[in-house]
Amino acid sequence: MATAPQLTATSAGDVLELRPSGSWIAANGSDLETLSNAVMPQLEQAKSLKMDMRGVSELDTLGAWLLEKLSRRAASHDHPIEIIGISENNAGLIDEIRQVNRHNPPPPRPRNPIVTKVEEIGRSAWGSGEDLSVFLQMLGSLCVALLGIVRKPRSLRLTSLVYQLYRVGWQAIPIILLITFLIGAIIAQQGIFHFRKFGADSYVVDMVGILVLRELGVLIVAIMVAGRSGSAYTAELGSMKMREEIDALSTMGLDPVVVLILPRVLALVAALPILTFIGSMAALYGGGLVAWFYGGMGPSIFIARLHDAVSVTHFEVGMIKAPFMALVIGIVACSEGLRVKGSAESLGKQTTTSVVKSIFLVIVLDGLFAVFFASIGM
Amino acid sequence: MDQSAEQFAIRVSDLVVGFGRRVVIDHLTLDVRRGEILGLVGASGGGKSVLMRTIIGLIPRQGGEIEVMGTGIGSTFDRRTQAAAGRWGVLFQQGALFSSLTARQNIQFPLRENLALSDALLDEIATAKLEMVGLTPEDGDKFPSELSGGMTKRVALARALALDPAIVFLDEPTSGLDPIAAGDFDTLIKTLQKTLGLTVFMVTHDLASLNTVCDRVAALADGKIVAIGPMRDLLRSEHPWVRAYFHGKRSLMLQPKAS
Repeated sequence: MATAPQLTATSAGDVLELRPSGSWIAANGSDLETLSNAVMPQLEQAKSLKMDMRGVSELDTLGAWLLEKLSRRAASHDHPIEIIGISENNAGLIDEIRQVNRHNPPPPRPRNPIVTKVEEIGRSAWGSGEDLSVFLQMLGSLCVALLGIVRKPRSLRLTSLVYQLYRVGWQAIPIILLITFLIGAIIAQQGIFHFRKFGADSYVVDMVGILVLRELGVLIVAIMVAGRSGSAYTAELGSMKMREEIDALSTMGLDPVVVLILPRVLALVAALPILTFIGSMAALYGGGLVAWFYGGMGPSIFIARLHDAVSVTHFEVGMIKAPFMALVIGIVACSEGLRVKGSAESLGKQTTTSVVKSIFLVIVLDGLFAVFFASIGM
Repeated sequence: MDQSAEQFAIRVSDLVVGFGRRVVIDHLTLDVRRGEILGLVGASGGGKSVLMRTIIGLIPRQGGEIEVMGTGIGSTFDRRTQAAAGRWGVLFQQGALFSSLTARQNIQFPLRENLALSDALLDEIATAKLEMVGLTPEDGDKFPSELSGGMTKRVALARALALDPAIVFLDEPTSGLDPIAAGDFDTLIKTLQKTLGLTVFMVTHDLASLNTVCDRVAALADGKIVAIGPMRDLLRSEHPWVRAYFHGKRSLMLQPKAS
């Protein structure tokens, strides 16, 4: 049905006669473009154009536009144009195409690359200030929402809170157990392997105990939760923002912070200490198993040494950090979710930002706490 | 066989589609002639969109045959359906524009994927399509989230027409548009059908569009086509659902072309 397109150009004196034939349709697009570009130089030399359309068997927008472009090129030099043999069906299409592309939007102004770079740096510096203000605003509106709850306890969304607690707490337990167990086991194995060289392998209990209870337990769990639940919060709130669900809530006189964000953040604040405790215990258990089977230290000795090595202070230091880390993760996840714009791409971008930023802030916070606890002697 | 392929753009015979135990399309037979605008009406949730999505291969069917431009459509979205997909354009109810691309890039997308054209020509074609659906070249640089409902539908139509398909499927093209915009859209579809020789399969509830642009109207009820023909035939139909549809309170404003 579709036949190969052709464009024969014959010049007689100053008159260029173009005879397109075959199927001038989008399926032959690249051939058509080559054909029409090939006659451009001849068109520049000719003084008048005659187009014979009798051979055209099929025509669509793309073909019509290429032919129209040829005749426009001739028209731009004020050369007379004659088009003959258009079938009735194609005449309407050609007329339609004549109307379009009459004025082209001005091309974007070329910009100095240095200026662009400087602008980018300025914008990102401004952006980090804005990030801080978004964080503080979210913290502020959470505090206001919490005050409202204190004044009127029944306005707390208990169902939502319990459901979120189930999602971020209960459902996270298996993966947290597995990861922290493995981390504890690996630390113990490395400790025994290297401490054994100078006969200090029994001190591995001190190392595992203090490291896990003070730092690693809470840090690993917080990073896991940021990746697992923080990203889910951002994606949920982001897609609700995209589909105007959050606007719908506001128009019903409900505060999205109270309805959506507070239960999520509270659930995180409640769940993270529990998960940290479970995770720390799993890590100690993993360390104990390795000490037994790899280091030859029986469970009773391990527990007795652990009892001597760690004090309640180490445990407290770890646990105190957990709710603060949860708060940071929750605030970052929810505020990034609310910053999602209309496109799918921005949802992905904001989710990535949320995870990266909350992990970064968790580690910074851990550093600040280390300085703080050292200075008060804990 | 050849003759029927010449005459009909879409042939659906004995089609059965269901979800679980619920049968939505029940032994339905429908032919769409080449170059006509066929309007499909039916109750909300009655399977209009399901029928359309089954024809374009998005929903698997339980039985029956579908032929589009003489090519059989597979029961799932397979290679055969993919080959046929090059010959149709689809306007989804919500536009379904790619949200991370500008309007112009959305229109260029099918062209870029299927043809090897220069960037300059791609830009010219995209601008041409934008203007053909009544938008300005400047609108091409906007992202879908910055477009109004009517503009989204126009861009989606331009994208559906990007490859100059033989058939376009329109799912409620005028829903959510004001009467002026809806009227413009109808005129646009009619013009494009005339100039490009399109076959249009249109799911709609808009009585005015049915009356002004559709060559034939098909009524879908109880999973079957209960009436099909020009608007004036449908107005005379005795089927109770069709009578309720066209002679209900909302339809009193309808001025039949011939009666």
